[in-house]
Amino acid sequence: MSEVRYTDQHEWIRLDGDEATVGITKYAAEALGDVVFVELPASGKAVKAGGEAAVVESVKAASDIYAPAGGTVTGANAALEKEPSKVNEDPEGQGWFFKMTLTDKGEFAKLMDSAAYAKFVESL
Amino acid sequence: MTIASEILRRTPLHALHLELGGKMVPFAGYEMPVQYPAGILKEHLHTREKAGLFDVSHMGQAFLAGDTAALERVTPADVTGLKEGMQRYGLLLTEAGTIQDDFMFSRLAGEADLYVVVNAGTKEGDFAYIAEKLNGVATLMPRLDRALLALQGPLSEQVLERHSPGISQLTFMKVVRATVAGAPAIISRTGYTGEDGFEISLEGADAERVARALLGESEVLPIGLGARDSLRLEAGLCLYGHDMDETRNPAEANLMWSIGKRRREANDFPGAAATLGAPPAIKRVGILPEGRAPAREGAEIADKQGRIIGKVTSGGFGPSLNAPVAMGYVENAFAADGTAIDLMVRGKALAAVVAPMPFVPNNYRRPKK
Repeated sequence: MSEVRYTDQHEWIRLDGDEATVGITKYAAEALGDVVFVELPASGKAVKAGGEAAVVESVKAASDIYAPAGGTVTGANAALEKEPSKVNEDPEGQGWFFKMTLTDKGEFAKLMDSAAYAKFVESL
Repeated sequence: MTIASEILRRTPLHALHLELGGKMVPFAGYEMPVQYPAGILKEHLHTREKAGLFDVSHMGQAFLAGDTAALERVTPADVTGLKEGMQRYGLLLTEAGTIQDDFMFSRLAGEADLYVVVNAGTKEGDFAYIAEKLNGVATLMPRLDRALLALQGPLSEQVLERHSPGISQLTFMKVVRATVAGAPAIISRTGYTGEDGFEISLEGADAERVARALLGESEVLPIGLGARDSLRLEAGLCLYGHDMDETRNPAEANLMWSIGKRRREANDFPGAAATLGAPPAIKRVGILPEGRAPAREGAEIADKQGRIIGKVTSGGFGPSLNAPVAMGYVENAFAADGTAIDLMVRGKALAAVVAPMPFVPNNYRRPKK
């Protein structure tokens, strides 16, 4: 049974048991425009909540992707290296960035759920 | 949401941009479309494949009347030698001989006045500078009420021919007065993309109607400033304020070709001694990163021993190349094509090589021999 949470930096994080998957939301993907390059974190990298975890580049600019919660990276979506456009095509599915284990599931629980995130996006 | 801290100007096509779903951003004091719903990638590729229509009305159009030869006081370009019906690229130089702006100037058949187009971001300063330097001998008449459209791409000729019969006869860098969809226009066969294309100067009041007529053609898509930048970068074309500015002279900026032969021999432009003298210590070059990560403006350039030897001044992703491209300045010793360099991106040294420009071949419509 998986749960999804969102940050105000427009990352999403899905928790399946002990494994979390992180990506950027449709809103962020649209704001970015066509993604041409993604720099993914290496397995084993320790990340803090709000810390830099990945970089996504559109034609015009580079944007940092932050870890929604603290933990350790366990893997990254290698498919994005050949097809960065997946981020635009399916940002909340096949365009996922990396997987991680969480140090403190409490950090995950504190994040916005989809209703709260939807409200947040409306306010922008 | 950020509230704009200044009032932004609008071009005559503003309402049309909104209607087309343009994503408006501030640029050079104007609200301009950075992209339309197609997105930068598609807009870029479409321009090289078919035809793209750009609103560049924010640029500074003007006419120069009187002793137009005096323009040579502020540019090393050959102004007096410019034939009727021709347009030419030139640099505007400060008194110190550094680059104030780059611009296009045209001599229309049968007309005494020169037609001039300068960059949007520098136009006020340029106009004041030219007026001051030519005071008493020539009068500059800015035309902020005019619009400027660019129609670029391999199919732009067949599109424009439908609305301006006979325009196909114009070859690269020629300029003429003609009508487009019945509106009086100044049309030049030139552009900022490396593709065949036209720039169309119109009365502001005619701009929307002409734009709609061209956009009505199946080959044409509206193109925003985002793709304009990626197109010009692939074409190896400079962007003032980035690839050169008032700290650079024409030799450093690698734009010596824009200095007229007669002017070079006469040594008669601001900063001529320095520009024509010893080779510059740094030089603008094209750069191809070897990997897939782009290096952006501001990224430092290092030699293979880690010593900083320059800086990237324009960089991004080239959609037609499907690879990152950049331009920057390096110490002269590293300026030869093929020189291996490193680009410092996010604290890492990314391998790159100095490369000739354009990165994508030009498709200008040269006169048949």
